[in-house]
Amino acid sequence: MKVGEHEILEGLYYTRSHEWIKFEGNLARVGVTDYAQKQLGDVVYVELPEIGKSVKQTTEPKTKEMELGAVESIKAVSAVYSPLSGTVKETNQVLQDRPELINTSPYSEGWICVLEPSNIEGERGSLLSPDAYATFLKTLG
Amino acid sequence: MKFKQASWASDACLEPLVFELSRANRTGYTLPQKKLPEVNIPENLARTKLELPELSEPEIVRHYTRLSQMNYGVDSGFYPLGSCTMKYNPKICEELAALETASCIHPYQDEDTVQGALELMYKLERCLTEIAGVARVCLHPSAGAHGEFLGMLLTRAYHKSRGKESKEVIVPDSAHGTNFASAAMAGFDVIVVPSNSRGRVDIEALRKAVSKKTAALMLTNPNTLGLFEDEILEIAEAVHKVGGLLYYDGANLNGILGKTRPGDMGFDIVHFNLHKTFSTPHGGGGPGSGPIGVSRKLEKFLPVPVIEYNKKRRRYYLDYNRPQSVGKIKAFYGNFGVLVKAYAYILLMGANGLQEITEAAVLNANYITRKLQGVEGYELKFDASGPCKHEVVFSVEPMKKNYGVKAHFIAKRLLDFGVHAPTYYFPPIVPEALMIEPTETETKEELDRFIAAMKEIAEEAKSHPDKLLAAPTATAIGRLDEAKASREPILSWRMYRKLPSKI
Repeated sequence: MKVGEHEILEGLYYTRSHEWIKFEGNLARVGVTDYAQKQLGDVVYVELPEIGKSVKQTTEPKTKEMELGAVESIKAVSAVYSPLSGTVKETNQVLQDRPELINTSPYSEGWICVLEPSNIEGERGSLLSPDAYATFLKTLG
Repeated sequence: MKFKQASWASDACLEPLVFELSRANRTGYTLPQKKLPEVNIPENLARTKLELPELSEPEIVRHYTRLSQMNYGVDSGFYPLGSCTMKYNPKICEELAALETASCIHPYQDEDTVQGALELMYKLERCLTEIAGVARVCLHPSAGAHGEFLGMLLTRAYHKSRGKESKEVIVPDSAHGTNFASAAMAGFDVIVVPSNSRGRVDIEALRKAVSKKTAALMLTNPNTLGLFEDEILEIAEAVHKVGGLLYYDGANLNGILGKTRPGDMGFDIVHFNLHKTFSTPHGGGGPGSGPIGVSRKLEKFLPVPVIEYNKKRRRYYLDYNRPQSVGKIKAFYGNFGVLVKAYAYILLMGANGLQEITEAAVLNANYITRKLQGVEGYELKFDASGPCKHEVVFSVEPMKKNYGVKAHFIAKRLLDFGVHAPTYYFPPIVPEALMIEPTETETKEELDRFIAAMKEIAEEAKSHPDKLLAAPTATAIGRLDEAKASREPILSWRMYRKLPSKI
């Protein structure tokens, strides 16, 4: 599905801060959306979260405990916010040498980390479906 | 006016590096004939090879003159780099700082032999104290972010002395990136509060964010949108109520100088950028100067030494006996040459002159705002009806949507008009942001030239977007690949030499 020039994949969940989540058994893979990478422009550095870091699902006001590293482009440095509470199990080390994968393959090779969620049942409801994310993107114009 | 920048290029490359120009045994100096006594340097400390370039004096002079001609500075033309206050730097300040009495003294000299230097710093402190409405000023920090960091160290010391466990520093989403970094570096957790639809701190969100854990709120006023935080007294109350401190980021002091004072707004810690507001040169690595001012309750934590005056003995002296001080944050007392220039500038302007600076800076920014408002492609995202302070942030989102022209295309095309690019993509809460700060030193003719260029570019976006994609073409170096530069930086001659193929 596409909203304007922005790709949205079926089968994923989304957040208003433009992360995507893919459930894989007990784990959740996280990355940033096509919309996010287009807004960022050329990504030049990715700061990955530490393995074992425990994170909280993102709410306002945002704090460090909700961050899954950061993505730096020629425009700005943007924090990646955790869509779920849990523990970081794995990070995409390839991004250290090839940060441009965030731009060229945001939903696949450009994944950022894998989380072990601690409260899927309680938190899944606040994530957006592809349709809901599409509707949200339309409000951004 | 047609602009074309000098470009000293041969077929092979641009002006070579100074190391590439080097030829063995070529010299630009003559040492005295007198034989100097031999010095015994232990073999393990002595270097056998010094990798210094060897050139004659004219070669050196021409090399750097050419480089300067391929550069662009505030002495070349208009420099509306938002949030940087790139005002013209009066040459008399340079002359004064270069005087032997200012430039040929050493911090290890006996206090009695540098009374003039101490007096100058003491009096500059008093001037800044009055300008900011604070109790005491420390001149040590050598840059804005350094001052911020000191501000955070003082915050930590203050709460610690009261036995308070304050771990959180609140920063609005429109703040300079350095605020987040300074707070984190001093060991605080950073909490971000959003802006409201008027481009000011959302006071309700702030009230929710403050708690017993709040150590400080870091705020820029006018903020990075060039808008005055008109609810500052409510903001101060919300933070003070929970025992937090209010930190003033002085980046935008040029918008209120002599009109209002951070101390009167309730700020406890105030930082200055002498290299912005007080017209000492900056850009390209400084040196800068980022003094910190504090209210009475924080004075005892200031770094050592502080400069005091003994009235009886009519003597300035350095006081190290400050048991609650956070310690030293810099060798000696600050970037003295910069302090001389800032003090000269303040005396040059006088109290009325400082007010006129702000009046002209604000007038110039509003003139540009009104002239560009309504031009297709440029949009004000926040509070479009009210006046701005010393800078304005336009969004070129409409241009991006309609013609695929992004903010950095405009910035690059402006270079072809002989104008330095505005700050772009900042603050991040404005999509496709262009942040324009004309400063007080520009004439109406200069502003009109800039406005005409901006209008012409808006037309080009519609009719010849290809021109914007190819820009700049009138500069010594054309369009740069910024992503490649960030991903594969070549930062030194050594790294350059190791490249398999030269650029």
